[in-house]
Order: sequence, then structure tokens, then C-alpha cells
Amino acid sequence: MPAVGNNVARKDGIGKATGRALYADDLVFPGMLHGRTIRSTIPRGRVKSIKLDFDLTGFTVVDHRDVPGRNIVDLIEQDQPFLVERDVRHMAEPILLLAHENLELLNAARVVIEYDEEVPLFDPEQSVGILKAIDIVKGDVDAALAAADLVVEGTYRTGHQEHVYIEPNGVVAVPENGGVAVFGSVQCPFYALKALKCLFGPNAAIRVVQTETGGGFGGKEEYPSMIAGHAALLALKSGRPVKLIYDRVEDMVATTKRHPSIVRHRTGVTRDGRIVAMDVDVLLDGGAYVTLSPVVLSRGCIHAAGPYRCENTRIRGRAVVTNTPPNGAFRGFGAPQTEFAVEVQMDRVADALGMDTVQFRRLNALRSGDTTATGQTLREDTSAVMVLDEAVRRTDFANKRASYRGSNKAIGLSLFFHGAGFTGSGERHLNSRARLDLTETGVRIAVGSTEIGQGTRTMHAQIVADALRVPYENIDVAQPDTSVVADSGPTVASRTCMVVGKILEECAIEMRTRLGDLSPEAYFAQHGGFSVERKYEPPDWIEWDDHTYRGDAYATYGWGCDVAELEIDPDTFEVRPTRLTAVQEFGRPIHPALARGQIEGGTAQGLGFALLERVVMRNGAMANAQLTNYTIPTTLDTPEIDVVMLENPYPGGPFGAKGLGELPMDGPAPAVANALRHYGLDVREVPATPELLSTCASL
Amino acid sequence: MRFTLNGTAVDVGAHPMARLLDVLRVDLGLTGTKEGCGEGECGACTVLIDGQPVCSCLIPVAQAEGTSVVSIEGLGDNHPLQHLFMNEVGAQCGICTPGMILAALSLEATDTPTLDDVKVALAGNLCRCTGYSAIYRAVMKWRGMNGDVATTTAT
Repeated sequence: MPAVGNNVARKDGIGKATGRALYADDLVFPGMLHGRTIRSTIPRGRVKSIKLDFDLTGFTVVDHRDVPGRNIVDLIEQDQPFLVERDVRHMAEPILLLAHENLELLNAARVVIEYDEEVPLFDPEQSVGILKAIDIVKGDVDAALAAADLVVEGTYRTGHQEHVYIEPNGVVAVPENGGVAVFGSVQCPFYALKALKCLFGPNAAIRVVQTETGGGFGGKEEYPSMIAGHAALLALKSGRPVKLIYDRVEDMVATTKRHPSIVRHRTGVTRDGRIVAMDVDVLLDGGAYVTLSPVVLSRGCIHAAGPYRCENTRIRGRAVVTNTPPNGAFRGFGAPQTEFAVEVQMDRVADALGMDTVQFRRLNALRSGDTTATGQTLREDTSAVMVLDEAVRRTDFANKRASYRGSNKAIGLSLFFHGAGFTGSGERHLNSRARLDLTETGVRIAVGSTEIGQGTRTMHAQIVADALRVPYENIDVAQPDTSVVADSGPTVASRTCMVVGKILEECAIEMRTRLGDLSPEAYFAQHGGFSVERKYEPPDWIEWDDHTYRGDAYATYGWGCDVAELEIDPDTFEVRPTRLTAVQEFGRPIHPALARGQIEGGTAQGLGFALLERVVMRNGAMANAQLTNYTIPTTLDTPEIDVVMLENPYPGGPFGAKGLGELPMDGPAPAVANALRHYGLDVREVPATPELLSTCASL
Repeated sequence: MRFTLNGTAVDVGAHPMARLLDVLRVDLGLTGTKEGCGEGECGACTVLIDGQPVCSCLIPVAQAEGTSVVSIEGLGDNHPLQHLFMNEVGAQCGICTPGMILAALSLEATDTPTLDDVKVALAGNLCRCTGYSAIYRAVMKWRGMNGDVATTTAT
């Protein structure tokens, strides 16, 4: 029986259900200290003085002067320090590090910091600090708008969103071999390694090991590099292992969130409903440092015109500086923001035309052979119409749309797509590698791609087993340790199956050639072990220009249509989703139960983004940094999620698979907003809390 | 402080106001109980005290004196619910799983729980990965019910 396409037993084993799986906070080392981060309490200014107002006995204290290499969290740009030297740019910025073996004494230690405060900037629309600007131009938008029969304008907003992985961030740094090993809850161990090499110097003996990770969703992509650096500084200064685990409040206040967005649309259409012009302006609030904002903006802009064909498109994007903690990666990476905007805009355009929303979308949806905003000609694996038709049929959309009108029930939909893998030439620059080892125990996968709940180990082993024609049970997966595994690139961008899985498939095919007709065990007994390492080769037809933003933005796209059914309390504006139908095409599921779990979980996060999850910022810091008043969906808030997985294989992916992880995040918010529109509320912002809905105009 | 932990009598010297969570994790080295928020909202630290699910981050160990405490380690390695959580993918990242399983155990006495019964029993336990559907499938199958609480079609 092939492993691919079947719900094989997961490589996680039973450890997660017995409590034996070890997460960062479960690790204990002899002589271990606890670490604590002292953070800024102002959003902008300069540190004037620091006073340690406690008995220093047994304490290790680290500030920026203890940095042996460069005080820079090395990512896209080199602007963010590990520790403030003088200038404070946001609340909760790390200034000082403490360690002590007694957690109570550590937490009681009082540090008094005096500042010269400066006036902070919180409004992205007032910011002139451009972190990244992007212009995508296709055709002649101004002429097309002037010639259109109808032009519809609108402004759409989305707020911060907090990841709320149930395991807060944390690492343990352990001195070893004159250097340091960092064990931690990380999505991207090689990102942390790069940052640590900058912090300690290129020759420092450093390795990063991923522990079992209690959820990531993008929130453990870049920020763990900061925490790893802090713990490592304390460990090297004290000469002892240091555990640095954030509590929930610190995690919510200090670490990254989804970028808030303001997106403006002008859409020109003909009387018969064809889109002839799309003019889109995207503004993202990047926060105080660059971090990943350029690439979040990039993905956001590329998806900003939605899955629609339009010969005249202009997308202008900017990510700007404000004095808040940097915003960063979060499942969807800019696309949930821009696809929210375009999908609500599309319902408004259909309404303005007096046209059925499904008919309008079907008329304009991208098909094979059409070109996207960047001029990419879509291939056979384009499924916008297929997912739309199935969602409409399955939900009896037209009948419900008619019968719910005037009641407290409502129904709405969204059509969306999501590019798989890094944008444009990103995969070529990444140059990811994967390795298979033939050992005495069998075949071992050695990649830096992390299991963060989505099923990396299992899905990779399925691909290798079938490509190598050996039983799935005989495939091992190495724990990601940067001193052991190949750098397969970060575990982000829906690339772990499609891109890393593809390299592993090729490794397995090469290994099979060397094995001949022998089993791995028989070959090992006769000839000993060997390894096969290969690097990713993107499809040769991909052409992309980073300067003009023209070309094949992604090798392929997943496609989705979500239908949200709601009940609304007309007095309190409470919204209860009753059913969410998620029809999604992502090539082919490698492990159907895991794939379904990605769609169900991503859809629930999308519903939280749509209705519940409001980050309240006060003086540049999250004021509701607790699960008591930042609410994610519970069992009672989450409706039945009806998942439909359609197949349209991508020839460049392993066994036809595309990326999946982020796609489900894009659809729920606009589907909910469009359902609320169907109910009669002009909603152009999420989260659509009762407080917001009470201010929305009635239609 | 004396109480029964997973069927065995224990005597711990912790401060009476120490959180039961810390006593389990640090003093007794049982790290299967997880901390997600420290304020009783997420349920990751759920244990059973005399059969009732509680958040161990909110319980001073003094309150456990004389009771019977069950943590995830008390279920051993072979409880059917543990296997169902893995097989139905009710566990993804796994950090909520021990607490979720212990909360679900409160349904043991309910012969034919409805889906709403399951939702109410688990309402104090947050999961950010699954959207809960797979957890319902695991729990309903454990109670001998049709676990297909939501349909999935692949074509």
C-alpha cells in the first residue's frame, strides 16, 4: 500500500498524547539558571540611566556591552539590536538581561531605567518611514478607470492579530565546546543560527536544536532568533545553562503580530460585469524595525487583486515604520489582509452592478491561460471556478441567500488563492538542501524543516517511502539540529511539503538508483551507509524580475472558496457562525487527515481574525495581553467546519502536492464580512466585534 | 502536603501557596502538564482532582491536600483516548493535548454524549491548531459514537 494519500500513523508517535514529548520548558540541565528580559516601558526615546536596585549575589547581568560580535538580529535588514544601546523605538524592547537560579529572586529583582522620552508615532498613515515600497503595474489603469461604466471605491482595514500558539516562546541555551547549543521552540533553526553567528562572530561554535514546538503559525519564525541570542548571551557570561521562557503576557506584549492593514480599492467594471481596472493601495504597519515586513508586503501585494483577471491593474504597496513592536510573519503573510479587502470590494462591486455575487465572480475568476497582476500566465492547475462552483452547489448558496434575507440569518462567500513557496526568485536564492542518510537503522531524513504540529515528519516520510519504494515505517526523521541536518530553508510560506518534499523525493529517487534492487538494510549490510544530498531546482519556466515585480510570482497556487453562515443578534450585534464550508484545492493531499486538520485549524484562526481577536494598543503596547480579554475561538465559538478537498495536481510538487498551510487563513474573514453585508451591515473592517458592528451603516 | 498522585501517595515539601502546576512540573518532574497562560484561560494545565478537571495553575497545592490528583502521566501510554487523539489528528502541536484529554475524561460517565456535550466539556481548553473538529472526532469515537462530526469530501 502506498503511504502517500493514506492516513498512516504519525511519526510523532504517542508522545504528545502521553505527555512524554519534550518542549523547551520541559528541559532541565544541571546547574541551570533562569533568564529574564528587562524591557523598555516607553515607546520612543533614549535610555538615560540604568540602576540595578537589588542584591546582585548570584545574578548574571548582560547588556549590549557584553555582545562579542555584532548587536544585530541579522534577518533581511540589519537594523534591529538584540539589546538597546541607547535609542528605544518601541515598548517592551529588550534592554537588559538577568539570570539567577532562583526564579523568585529573579522575578523580584528591580531595575530602574530613566529615559529621555520622545514623541512616538503610532498612526501608519502619518508615517514617512518607508520600510518597503512595491509597485505592480499591468496595462493602463487610469485610462481603463476613465472608460469604465462604473467605478466603485472602498477602504478596508484589518487589525493586529496575535498568534496564540498555546506554548509561549522559549529556549534553553547550554554552553558546550567553548560555544553554545540552543534548544528551543523555533520554526526556523537556521534563522536562529544565522542571527547567533552575527551576535557571536562567524567562528563561534553554535548549534540550534528544535525542541517539540507547541504551535508557531509564523509567530516562531523570526522572534525566536532574538530569544536565542538573549539566552546564549546569559549562558556564555554565566558559564551555565540558561532557560528563558516567556509567560503569556510577555509573549503577547513583546513578540510579533499580524501586520495591521489599510487597503484602498478603485475598481472599474463594464455594465455587463467585467472587471476592466483595479487600482489598489496597500498600507501595512510594520512596527519599529524592518524584520520581515518587506516580504509580508510582497505577498500581500501580489494577492491584492484577488483571483480575478483584469488587464489593467495597479497595486501600490508600502510598509511603514511606527513605534510599536515589530509586526511579523503570521500564517498567510499579508495575503489574509489584502484578500479580505478585495473580496469585500468584489461583493460591493456586484451589489453596485445589481449582479449576483456568484455570477460576478464566475465571470471574472482567473482561469488557465489568464494572466495575474504580475503578468504570470496561469497553468492547468488553476481551480478558481472549480472551488467556487462546488462551494455554491454544496451549500445551496442561492436558495439560502434568498430565503435568509430579512431574517437573523445570513450567508456570504469569499473566493481566494494563495501562492505556494517563496515569492518570485526567493526559492532560487534560498538554495535549499535536503539529505537522506542510509544508516544501520534504515533511512533517515535530515532536514531543518520543523514539525510544529502540521505533520512535517509524517508527510516527508510518506514521500520518501513511496519514492524509495520502502515501507513507511522504515523511514526515520532526524530532530532538526543545525549541526546535523541539511538547511532546507525556513518552515514557512507553505513550502515544507511542496518544496522540501520535492527535494526529498529526488533524494529518494537517487538513493533508489544506488540501492539497485536491494533493500536499504541489505545494501547497508553489504556496502555500508551513504548519504544523498540535493538542492532545490525551481521549475525552469519560472521567470521573475525583483525590480519590476513582473513574472511568475509563485510556481503554483492553491485555490479556495469559503461560505460562512451566521446568525446575528439584532440587539447586541453578537455574531454566531453556524457553519463554515471550506472548499479548497491544493494539488493533492499527502496525508488526508493532516491536510484536513490544516484546513479546519486555519479556518478557525480565520474566524477568530474575522470576529473575535482584537488587539487593543495603548501607548504602543498591547493592553489586552492576556487570554482573558484577547479571545481566540473556543469549542463554543467554532462552528461546524465542512471541508472539501478538491484535487488538481501540480506537476512540480511531490506526488502532485502544492502548499497548503496558509491557504485556509485567507477565506474566513471576507466570507464573514460578506455574510454580514448580506444581513444588511456595511462591514469593511475586521475583527467585526459587536462594538464595531454597532457603528456600521445599514444597507 | 500529602495527596494521591496518579494512584500513589506523595508527600511534598512545597510552600502551601505554590501552584499545583509547579509542584507537578518542577518538584515532581512530571512535565506532561503544560503551562499556556498561567491564568486559567487555556486549560493546558488541566489535571483531575477527585475526578474533576481543574486548571492546576490556579490551584495552590494546599488545596490538593488529601485529594486524588490525576495528571496525564496517570493514564499511562495506552489509554484509548490517547491513541484516538493521535490517529484522528486531534493532536497537532500537542501542547494542549494532555489537558484536553484529561478534560475529555470527564465525559467517561456519559454513555451517549452529544456533540454539544463534548463542546461544553472542552470549552475551557483552548486549541489553536485543530479548530477542534478532530478533537470531537477522537472523543466521540472513544464514547462509541459516530465520530464523523463534519464531513470531508475528496474528489
